[in-house]
Amino acid sequence: MDALEIARWQFGITTVYHFMMVPLTIGLGLVVAIIQTFWYRTGKAEYLRMTKFWGKLFLINFIMGVATGIVQEFQFGMAWSEYSRFVGDVFGAPLALEALLAFFVESTFLGLWIFGWKQLKRGVHLACLWIAVIGSVFSAYFIIVANSWMQHPVGVEMVDGRPVMTDAWAVFTNNTALVAVPHTLFGALAVAGAFLLGIAWYHLWRRRHDGIDVVGADGKLIPGEAAIPGRDEADYTVWMRSLRIGAVVAMISFAGTAITGDLQGKLMFEQQPMKMAAAEAACHDGTGFSVLSVGNLGASNCDDIVAVIEVPGILSFLAKGDFTTEVKGVNSLLGEYKEKYGTHLPDNPLYGERAGQEIQYVPVMEVTYWGFRMMIGFGGIAALAALLALWVTRKGVVPQSRWLMRLAVFGILAPFGANAAGWIFTEMGRQPFVVAPNPDMNGIDQVFMFTAAAVSPGVSAGELMTSLVVLTAIYAVLLVVEVKLLVKYIRGGVASAMPELAHAKDSDQHDKSDDGPDKSGDDVLAFAY
Amino acid sequence: MELLPTIWFVAIAVLWTGYLFLEGFDLGVGMLMKLFARNNTDRRVLLNTIGPVWDGNEVWLLTAAGATFAAFPLWYASLFSALYLPLLCVLAALIFRAVAFEYRGKVDSARWRNRWDWAIAVGSFVAAFGIGAALALTTTGLPLNDNGDRVGGPMSWFSGYALLGGFGVVAFALVHALAFLALKTDGDVRHRARRWFVRLVPVAVLPMFGWMLAVQFLSGKPWTWALVAAAVVAVVLAWQLARAGSEGRAFGALGAFIVCATASIFGAAFPVVIPSTIDPAFNLTISNASSSDYTLGLMSIVAAVGLPLVIAYQSWTYWVFRRRVSAAHIPEAHGFLPAIAAKVLVSKEPGPAGTQSGKPTHPGA
Repeated sequence: MDALEIARWQFGITTVYHFMMVPLTIGLGLVVAIIQTFWYRTGKAEYLRMTKFWGKLFLINFIMGVATGIVQEFQFGMAWSEYSRFVGDVFGAPLALEALLAFFVESTFLGLWIFGWKQLKRGVHLACLWIAVIGSVFSAYFIIVANSWMQHPVGVEMVDGRPVMTDAWAVFTNNTALVAVPHTLFGALAVAGAFLLGIAWYHLWRRRHDGIDVVGADGKLIPGEAAIPGRDEADYTVWMRSLRIGAVVAMISFAGTAITGDLQGKLMFEQQPMKMAAAEAACHDGTGFSVLSVGNLGASNCDDIVAVIEVPGILSFLAKGDFTTEVKGVNSLLGEYKEKYGTHLPDNPLYGERAGQEIQYVPVMEVTYWGFRMMIGFGGIAALAALLALWVTRKGVVPQSRWLMRLAVFGILAPFGANAAGWIFTEMGRQPFVVAPNPDMNGIDQVFMFTAAAVSPGVSAGELMTSLVVLTAIYAVLLVVEVKLLVKYIRGGVASAMPELAHAKDSDQHDKSDDGPDKSGDDVLAFAY
Repeated sequence: MELLPTIWFVAIAVLWTGYLFLEGFDLGVGMLMKLFARNNTDRRVLLNTIGPVWDGNEVWLLTAAGATFAAFPLWYASLFSALYLPLLCVLAALIFRAVAFEYRGKVDSARWRNRWDWAIAVGSFVAAFGIGAALALTTTGLPLNDNGDRVGGPMSWFSGYALLGGFGVVAFALVHALAFLALKTDGDVRHRARRWFVRLVPVAVLPMFGWMLAVQFLSGKPWTWALVAAAVVAVVLAWQLARAGSEGRAFGALGAFIVCATASIFGAAFPVVIPSTIDPAFNLTISNASSSDYTLGLMSIVAAVGLPLVIAYQSWTYWVFRRRVSAAHIPEAHGFLPAIAAKVLVSKEPGPAGTQSGKPTHPGA
């Protein structure tokens, strides 16, 4: 592998990994904030327990997002210095604003929330969580503005061979970003929904398995109580409510991703037709959506790919909203791209060994074709599972089947898979460009950059390989640690996040202790590392 | 002289100052986990002084880096790619350190805690050293060619200045943390921290002075020399105040030292952002490395509103958690997981709720 390929693998691995943590942070953060709001308004014990339990898992995951996020900000400069030089004038601003307006808010107010259970008034404490969560939503917005500019450069003028920002409004209201932001946020909520559903299912199943809950003659559940901290009747309510919230969130977010994804697709057919043609592995112009295509997807010539099952009209619907408009396939687009952007990379030392090579305009279609389908497939499976779960548990009973329980737990992975597949599709589909040219743009069609020219010229392949190995190894170890901790705290149930349950027999007692600022001054901290 | 690039040079110097001032003490507290704390309670006292704030402090680093990218893309690109391996070490250190804070108390085992304590201590050391070295190199010079790319291989960035900057920030962070602990804790930790501070401060600031003087000799101006003198005064003051038992003021005086130090360093380096050790013609300066006035103007407006707001709510955080932490405030370890054992217990004896927790074959009610 040469420096470029290593740098790309590193960016891909670190970004996909980072984006395992991020959607869970955003989605679960929103859900915990909503649950704590319920507690604030009703004062019901189960909402406090839910806040503490899901809040604990939220924090175990949050820190991994923070830790892996720093790598993202640094590696633009470290591994992609030519890219940074080229786009800095326009791309740096959303990154700086993300830190200044979102990360500060997120980290500071989350610190207040974690440690402020006693120091702050209940309302202020809740507000801190909301502010932190809104901060994380803003950070998603800023980073997607930056990414959208790579997909659809706007608001710039070329000065001395570099794009210079001339219209910040255009950059920050890029239509690509305006649909990608809600799409990403719904994707994050889908992750949180499946997470709640799977884990709540496991606990409801365990309560029956352990003989705590029983099913009455009418088929309804009779919650029981065990003489163990946290495994009382209220515990049943915690999980059943979590399950329902999770299922509803999962279904709403699937609808949300579908609607925003449709808008995004229509936009992408205009802005990056080659990406969408590659998503379809559509070699020739047509109207049909491929359900299954076979042939050599990896081949650079498109001719031996055959759509085995094809639904006529659907591709036109995805692209244009009707069933008859022909959508351009790879072969006719190829000619247009070659004509506009050249057939060979320039003979410039920035391209290294690749200078003067022929440009491969067709993205790796195995990745785009299957990435696109995995995104939709995993998302759909998660939503369908949520619907079934709601139906099956309508009487408050989770079946005793161990296999169903395992399915619910492993179902947590489906929306993660959808998120990862979506990002891999959209980033790989943009190749060979790091900043994609847009055929429909008014007058600044020539703002683009080949990925081959973006990598740091001064950094050796050895250095890049070192960092690829080191970061991948660290990430692998930490993934094992994080999952182990999550599993431990999930199995431990509410009591693992609320040690006070073990001390207070009466479940009402802990409610009062969390009621607001403590004036006595010499007691122990409500939360401590 | 261009106004907007100058403003942004100052803004980035302010961000680095804020970073060294704030994360300075939490990096130091991290190192003290292994150097100073004597038992697990001590360590938890140390951790909880920085618990609510360390993540907010670290964002100063992200903002400094992000602002450099936005305001001086060529500075960002050259510095970060030239220092590829040292920054990789910093990243690894910051990752382990962040995770360690959160995960250390999540399993109740001495071995588990000890591993994460090392991650915190070593991570804090490496991060402080690496960032100190990087800042020293950007103010004293890197082997850059006309494109701003490093020449001479992966280690060609190394110079004695890197060591000065590295040790400068590490040693400063250590004494800054001692001053912070004297201010933020009570009992034994507080008094030991103050004693250590008084003993160490005169030595600990020496490498930082070395870096300051090096930059002054390379490109100093009268007013930056004056700041070096002010830094000396601040250190002497901090030392005297600590000896007199005035912990808050001693911490403030040491804070004034780091402000004077970074101001004298960045002031002397101005308007060069990275001197090239190959040829001064390849120097990156605020003029040839900056973004357009449009971008800088936009950023100025946002920062003028955003930064004071950040300072306001971060100050509020310190106010909320102003109470001194002592061993008496530390709750018992929370790696406590009762429900794991539940299965065995339940299957052996019926629960107290009678009918409801019996076997499924005997439905209650």
